[in-house]
Amino acid sequence: MSQIAKLVAQRLALGLLTLFIVSLIIFLCVEMLPGNFSEAILGQSATPETVAAFNRELGLDLPPHERYVTWLFNMLQGDFGRSLASKRELSELLGYRLENTLFLAAVAAVIAVPLAVSLGVLAALYRESFYDRAVNVVTLSSISFPEFFVAYILILVLAQNMGVFPAISNISDELGFWEKVYRTALPALTLTLVCVAHMMRMTRAAIINLLASPYIEMARLKGLRPTRIILKHALPNALAPIINVVVLNLAYLVVGVVLVEVVFVYPGLGQLFVDSVRSRDIPVVQACSLIFAMTYVLLNLLADVLSIMSNPRLLHPR
Amino acid sequence: MKQIDKKQAELKELAQKGRISRRDFMAKAAAMGVTVAAATTLWSDNVKAAPKRGGKARIGSAHGNTTDTLDPGTFNNGGIIHQGFGMRNHLTEVNNDGSLIPELCEKWEASDDATEWTFTLRKGVEFHNGKTLDTNDIIASMNHHRGKDSKSAAKPLLAPVKELKADGPNKVVFKLSGGSADFPFVVSDYHLAIMPADKEGKVDWQSGIGTGAYAVQKFEPGVRSTFKRHPNYFKAGRGHFDEVEFLTITDVVARTNALTTGEIDMMSRCDLKTVHLLKRRKGINVEEVTGTLHYTIPMHTDVAPFDNNDVRMALKYALDREVLLKTILRGHGVVGNDHPISTANRFHNGDLPQRKYDLDKAKFHLKKSGLSSISVDLSAADAAFVGAVDAAVLYKEHAAKAGININVVREPSDGYWSNVWLKKPWCMVYWGGRPIEDMMFSQSLAEGADWNESHFSHKRFNELLVAARAELNEAKRRAMYYEMQEIVNMEGGTVVPLFANYVFASSDKITHDKKMAGNWDMDGDKAIERWWFK
Repeated sequence: MSQIAKLVAQRLALGLLTLFIVSLIIFLCVEMLPGNFSEAILGQSATPETVAAFNRELGLDLPPHERYVTWLFNMLQGDFGRSLASKRELSELLGYRLENTLFLAAVAAVIAVPLAVSLGVLAALYRESFYDRAVNVVTLSSISFPEFFVAYILILVLAQNMGVFPAISNISDELGFWEKVYRTALPALTLTLVCVAHMMRMTRAAIINLLASPYIEMARLKGLRPTRIILKHALPNALAPIINVVVLNLAYLVVGVVLVEVVFVYPGLGQLFVDSVRSRDIPVVQACSLIFAMTYVLLNLLADVLSIMSNPRLLHPR
Repeated sequence: MKQIDKKQAELKELAQKGRISRRDFMAKAAAMGVTVAAATTLWSDNVKAAPKRGGKARIGSAHGNTTDTLDPGTFNNGGIIHQGFGMRNHLTEVNNDGSLIPELCEKWEASDDATEWTFTLRKGVEFHNGKTLDTNDIIASMNHHRGKDSKSAAKPLLAPVKELKADGPNKVVFKLSGGSADFPFVVSDYHLAIMPADKEGKVDWQSGIGTGAYAVQKFEPGVRSTFKRHPNYFKAGRGHFDEVEFLTITDVVARTNALTTGEIDMMSRCDLKTVHLLKRRKGINVEEVTGTLHYTIPMHTDVAPFDNNDVRMALKYALDREVLLKTILRGHGVVGNDHPISTANRFHNGDLPQRKYDLDKAKFHLKKSGLSSISVDLSAADAAFVGAVDAAVLYKEHAAKAGININVVREPSDGYWSNVWLKKPWCMVYWGGRPIEDMMFSQSLAEGADWNESHFSHKRFNELLVAARAELNEAKRRAMYYEMQEIVNMEGGTVVPLFANYVFASSDKITHDKKMAGNWDMDGDKAIERWWFK
């Protein structure tokens, strides 16, 4: 167990380094983009005078390295800074959006993960059967379409024609939990369709891979039922790769959903991120990218820890 | 006879109160011997004539950013402009018939040379927080955009204001550096909203408190805002909804879906490619208004080869505007005549012959210019307007037939306004347009103006601009503005191919006055103030 603790500490330290590098790269990239915040906000109606006044007020007239160091220093003291646009505290501005993004990811994960794993187990159980083929064709086609297309199809069928779910996810704090789930249903279903195939295929492959090993053969020779062989003997040993792919998909659900947010007008982090890049609102861009990077770092760590716990041999790579 | 009159009156009342359907109304009117045509007018007159209070309106706007703030000096898109008009008022207002009417003032007066303007405030106007409007609020709200540290986009608009002071408890005097007959129009600009002032003369823009029809409840920029009706709103016959929910839905498909599934009651900017299908749908009204929104293709008139007027004329004749109108706008607009004044403006010069696609004239001017062939770069990006790149490619095809070689340069949309517009010698641009000729000309064509996108410098034009600005005699002004439009049409460096219509839609439960303003999208961006539920 102490080995795991050591691993976690090591990875967390590396994670911090990653975050630092990410923040530096993002800062440099935004600096390299043409135009700055003042010009982006004033747009067509910018004049040199008003842009200069704007820059003075926001401290954008300082050289880039000074701004980065100030930002980093504040960051280390736990001060995320304020949005250049709205002057709002980032913790307040991002908190609400992050909450929404995590909510959507959670709803999607609650549908997608059990669905994908059970479909995968069943596909392994009845492999090469009609069911196996059908589930492969369906999930692979849904992953092959661009997500906005899947979203439009769902809107057409479930919102326009049948009127079961609302076409846009207009959610706010005042709504009750189930009302929120109801309004989040279509984006969550879209995300489910997009990520089920990956997890399902991985589950199926990992289990089938094991089915050729001698101990499974032994179990079969003992006359165990196929269901029991797969659930009790194969699945526990196949958990490591499955956990890996599930966790990576969870990261995708948090980080990669901008298109779905746009189509369903879902007020999540992705939309805020894109808007902020467009207007060069550097503090918001930095904070969003750090959150995204942190999601990946932490989830990857989680994946490794869980894999090791399910298969301690992984602690000692050959 | 009397019996029928009485019955008709009853029927009208039913219609006004919305207690009778159109079908029943027509049947009953027919039974009284009213013709179908007359009954139709009777129905629309009566149903539309009496606005009703109440309901929660949900509006889906194509515009709005997470970077929006409640500071009117930084308003830069239709979404926030619309909300601004809902929560605040201005000294004057452009009415839905295009005329200028007093809003927070009762009247205005000018000195004979139009350099001094006195606005008399309306009495007893209340802010959302109960404060009564006074002259300090007006002065602070204007000063918010003036001075060295101003970062307001409206700073140039108020640049001519030399002095601004109160005269007694309810009069404000603006002293200008030069005559400006249209100054009352200037103060109707969406940036110049009136906000409450504190003791130091600073305005409170952060809270969103204003005198407008709706008080802000929640403001989540770029996502949604909610408003409640201001119970003591001063304006009669405006602000009919009890509550308003304002959603930013930038994706046009999502916006259309939201309207057709009843998630919202009105939307801005329909998808021109599919609007004919939307029109067919039951329960949806699609509306269209020609306004001042137009596209321009300005050439820097001090850069070769554009410094030669014959080259400019050749380029103006080498574009088939009708094709552009059909393909880029799908017919939802009108062709431009190489000057920025729209039919919605007061002094639009309709006598000026419409410029057409004429290869002979293009070749003639090309020959006259002394250049056997020209090859020019045209910068375009869809940031200029949707379809700008396609329009540039069409232009290239049209001009090639006249022996002009246009090289279309595709620029990044990101940063287009800071890096391409005003910097590249020839590019694609859009203008929201201005309600008055003077504003439009002084911002886009006057010598020395920041946004003189064609570097246009014409002595007679600039003289006329100053003279017309201070001229209070309407006939004389008209003559001057007509001449200026002709100058720009014949010698200017700007190709104005199209005026685009505003196309928006609402559920058929919503209705409005017969006239709709063309100065902005959605009835002058005042749908939430002017429209109501049937």
